[in-house]
Amino acid sequence: MKITGAKMVTESLKEEGVDVVFGYPGGAIMNVYDEIYKQSFFQHILTRHEQAAIHAAEGYAKSTGRVGVAIVTSGPGFTNAVTGLADAYMDSVPLVVISGQVPTTIIGTDGFQEIDAVGISRPCTKHNYLVKDIKDLPRVIKEAFHIANTGRPGPVHIDIPKDVTAEVADFKYPKEVNLPTYKPTVNYNKRQLKKAMDAIAKSKKPLFYVGGGAILSNCAYEIRKLAEMTNIPVVETLMARGVMGENHDLLIGMLGMHGEFAANMAAHDTDCLISLGARFDDRVTGRLDEFAKKAKVVHIDIDPTSIAKLVHTNYPIVGDLKVTVEGMIESGKKMEFNDYRNWVSLLKDYKEKEPLRYNDSDSFIKPQWVIQKVGETLGSKAIITTDVGQHQMWTAQFYPFSFPRQWNTSGGLGTMGYGLPAAMGVARGNKDKVSINFTGDGSILMNIQELMTCVEFDLPVINIVLNNNYLGMVRQWQTLFYENRISQTDLSMQPDFKMLAEAFGGIGYRVTTKAEFEAALKDAIEKKKPAMIDVVVARDEIVLPMVPNGHALNEMTLIGDSNE
Amino acid sequence: MNNFNHYYDTQITRQVISVIVINEHNVLSRIVGLFSARGYNIDSLTVAPISGSEYSRMTIVTTGDKRIIDQIVKQLNKLIPVLKVNEHQNVIEKETVLIKFPIDQPISDIDVLARAYNGHIQNVTDDAIVISATDAPSRIANFTNIMSKFKPLEVVKSGVVAMER
Repeated sequence: MKITGAKMVTESLKEEGVDVVFGYPGGAIMNVYDEIYKQSFFQHILTRHEQAAIHAAEGYAKSTGRVGVAIVTSGPGFTNAVTGLADAYMDSVPLVVISGQVPTTIIGTDGFQEIDAVGISRPCTKHNYLVKDIKDLPRVIKEAFHIANTGRPGPVHIDIPKDVTAEVADFKYPKEVNLPTYKPTVNYNKRQLKKAMDAIAKSKKPLFYVGGGAILSNCAYEIRKLAEMTNIPVVETLMARGVMGENHDLLIGMLGMHGEFAANMAAHDTDCLISLGARFDDRVTGRLDEFAKKAKVVHIDIDPTSIAKLVHTNYPIVGDLKVTVEGMIESGKKMEFNDYRNWVSLLKDYKEKEPLRYNDSDSFIKPQWVIQKVGETLGSKAIITTDVGQHQMWTAQFYPFSFPRQWNTSGGLGTMGYGLPAAMGVARGNKDKVSINFTGDGSILMNIQELMTCVEFDLPVINIVLNNNYLGMVRQWQTLFYENRISQTDLSMQPDFKMLAEAFGGIGYRVTTKAEFEAALKDAIEKKKPAMIDVVVARDEIVLPMVPNGHALNEMTLIGDSNE
Repeated sequence: MNNFNHYYDTQITRQVISVIVINEHNVLSRIVGLFSARGYNIDSLTVAPISGSEYSRMTIVTTGDKRIIDQIVKQLNKLIPVLKVNEHQNVIEKETVLIKFPIDQPISDIDVLARAYNGHIQNVTDDAIVISATDAPSRIANFTNIMSKFKPLEVVKSGVVAMER
């Protein structure tokens, strides 16, 4: 039975069990869209911008653990998608992105809506394909899903010329992937793990440093078990929020540029740093040559390039984190560990002396209060997405995360405009949870058009705009490091967000008092409709504590009385 | 105890790396793109298909400290079409140079020197003589230097090919 390349695409997605695709049609991809029209096994969600299609697929993938799928057209359709691809690449999100391309006969002639898509996507994807022969199409799609979701996950881009989607050929979706050059290491080296475990057991101040890999490999609960078994304290990176759960006794907190004092001091004082799926990002380490410099380093990662990329590693272990942590639990059962109670209580003293806090006010709303309020109201009933900036850091600091995949943010690339579309993907993939997007008045305008998508496809995202009429994080840096020269970050001129939400057919609120906010939040949750709550917050609040750029983790600017 | 500083201050070394890749569209740009994106050096690069297979061999000469070389090898290994990466320690390296001289230069001197470097005259026309030499890269560099006094019209060097002893 011969079918067209376009039908091969939809049939392959069916074979992969895809139930939702985010996308935007155009000339070069029309044959595929014609097949999407004829099929009924997956839903297509039409976003209003290609960047949003990718972010929505990311939100879906990050919150469900499944591969996100997006389809765009050639030329500008594809270039709009590049930011999303780069974002997914930096945060290791499993995606398959299919783009149309001009016919093979036109490639290289600067045709209408032609761009060298694989040339552009090469540095921001895990792998990419230009399919010139219809016979390769089923194999390529099979490989793309396999590559996206194995090893260190990442986005895979498939570029398909229009004539390839129009041609016909026999279709048989392969059962197996045969890639002799791609075999990620899953199983750790047992001898190496034994050596690492012995070093941990002998150390006096060991510390688990947990990163986003813990979420990607679904081993949050194993890590909790390992920490409890050994009584070793844990610090989380931004991407790992929710691994331990906010109330866990051994969680010291988030470390890094805006991490807690206790967590940063733990990293500074530890004599054995055990990295579980983290990658020593500059926003975590601060000044690198001062980072954990008293420590022996155990680094467990599925991606060998992450190991010893930035810091010297005494015990490198390559393998799937879940498998490795299970191995650590097994071998730990038969071992004697040092008594770490004094070390844990020292860190708890730090936590008590210098907790995360802010100076609340009754005359105006503090952004941190808003986040805490939502946390009290919804807790584990919500999945939280953010945009990028001050509100993102406050959310990471003050929301009580209790399970993995509850936290959805653009960490590596730091993409403003990520929040709203990603929250749509969350809403589509998690109908039993409330999808909350904390955003800023700068970020929200970057993909505001997606309110239309939310309304059309009934995706009840609640956008909470922490509106300080500033590009807050850049303004914070200007205040601290540029002698308060506020260059191009004053957003005094902003639209009426309430009316804007209503213009798209959503529900809009503007609140200036705590009572108004509580009422608006309650109303939005009850109505289960796309909503935007414009919260007028204290303008000059800054994110603290902070490790200034180029400083070590023990040289923090703390939460003093300056934070009024 | 650790001292990370010491980890960054290792000596800059020259390293020959061979990479076995699937011979497919786009593979060279993946490799070269990796080097440029991460700021690694390419001193020379040669590629040729491995006969009777779907693979090609690339020989890359690069420079960097231990950490950079380690990263280069790991990052290359991470690319999907890469089958194998070898960091060569003990290799035979060869490079070829072609040099064209005006015909009025002393041909016998040129010929004698070329022979000293495993080379010989390849072609003579009414107005030019072309010689070639194949030898270790350092010797070829030396040879090219010496021959500059015969006012060469053109010098073309290949990249390095290498094989473990």
